[in-house]
Amino acid sequence: MTDVVVTGLGIISPGARGLDAAWAGALAGQTAAAVDDDLVEMGTPVTLACRVPAFDPDAELGRGSARRLDRFTHLAAIAAREAIAHAGLASEEDEQLSGADPDRTGVLFGSGIGGAETWASEYPNYLEKGPKRVSPMFVPKMLSNTAAGTVAIRSGARGPNMTVNTACAAGASAIHLGRDLIRAGAADVVIAGGVEAGVTGLAVSAFAQMGALTKNPDPATASRPFDVDRDGFVIGEGAAVVILESAEHAAARGATAYATVAGAGASADAHHATAPPEDGGGAVLAIRAAVEEAGVGLDEVDHLNAHGTSTPLNDAAEARALRAVFGDHTDRIAVSSTKGVTGHTLGAAGAIEAVFAIQAIRDGRIPPTANLVNQDPEIALDVVSGAPREQDLSTVLSTSMGFGGQNAALLLTRP
Amino acid sequence: MSQDLLATFTEVLTEEFGIEADQVTPEATFEALGLDSLDVVELTLVLEEKTGVKLEDEELEDVRTVKDAMNKVQEKQT
Repeated sequence: MTDVVVTGLGIISPGARGLDAAWAGALAGQTAAAVDDDLVEMGTPVTLACRVPAFDPDAELGRGSARRLDRFTHLAAIAAREAIAHAGLASEEDEQLSGADPDRTGVLFGSGIGGAETWASEYPNYLEKGPKRVSPMFVPKMLSNTAAGTVAIRSGARGPNMTVNTACAAGASAIHLGRDLIRAGAADVVIAGGVEAGVTGLAVSAFAQMGALTKNPDPATASRPFDVDRDGFVIGEGAAVVILESAEHAAARGATAYATVAGAGASADAHHATAPPEDGGGAVLAIRAAVEEAGVGLDEVDHLNAHGTSTPLNDAAEARALRAVFGDHTDRIAVSSTKGVTGHTLGAAGAIEAVFAIQAIRDGRIPPTANLVNQDPEIALDVVSGAPREQDLSTVLSTSMGFGGQNAALLLTRP
Repeated sequence: MSQDLLATFTEVLTEEFGIEADQVTPEATFEALGLDSLDVVELTLVLEEKTGVKLEDEELEDVRTVKDAMNKVQEKQT
């Protein structure tokens, strides 16, 4: 089976933009949650959000980008540009692929919602001003495949171009399927990532109505995975992109491999629209599949970047799933949820966390779980908190679970 | 040709479409300004808000330049 390695990383994450800043933020354990002025103005029941640093899309992505593209596509394009340049496949200024055959370069993105802001801003035009006032840009802006399409337009990548939706697991699913495109021989290189820009009044209201969002008004403690006082997630936005490449292709062009995507697993809970089964049922299958496919022993897994959303149900079910897979070795896995820092970035989360998992391998440091003060006694895991933990890492797992009961697990190893 | 109308076009094209003001001349084609057919439809929506005049799809068929569009708006205003 073809080894697929990661040769480039790009990220625009809550509170930090660019790989170095995002990783420094994760290690510092400083939460990006803040009271969001837009949400306050809209009067949503919850007003905390984890936003990316402000940027000017026209200045960054070219004239008319703000008007022609939804915010989620802006984020995807910014992260992809960084990753492509980081991999040495193009310069940041001229994004056209030069280091790989464009016809053999694919794009695979995950997004849970797509153009959320476009829906929110255009629907009132339709209702209040009428059908003749609907923007002709509405369809290309809101379609969830526009992020992947835009990355192809900007880079020239003409290989397979697809978008996957497994809700909050979408970013991990994109890396899984992107890797498989290379293994299937359909591409040499795949630009794979997850993206979401769902901090809209409508979406935040809906998540609040579900009881999924924390009611804790204090930004400093709101997103607190695995803590006994956790009561929901803080919504976030962002994008992360990895450059996947066959090990052979990477070696031939002298690219640095930062990690190998050695295993990937996917499964469904077949249980409930939003709640995980108490025993973490489907997640067990996905994790086991990823580990088995990688051909590593269960006792070789050093670190888990957990889904860890800070909701009561998720974090407890995830802990039980880990115990079911790893048994006693569970105690020797250093677990962290970077959502204490980033909040829950929905369809971007799996990709953002894959980037952090790869950085942990590169750096030999595990980021702490921000805001974890009193670990839930029901959660019997070695959760890293307070400060980064220095540890030589060669086998790292990242898990993601989406509404709909869709689970993904990535097993990343040192190349 | 009304200077007010050119000012309106310039305002819309610079503020809504991010085009440099000195590029907006009556002779400039929308193609040269980087606007495609979707942009031109979008432009008509913004112009309707500013001028009260709505150019329909079929009226756009022979519109190539800023001046063409200005003439159409002016015809409908009178």
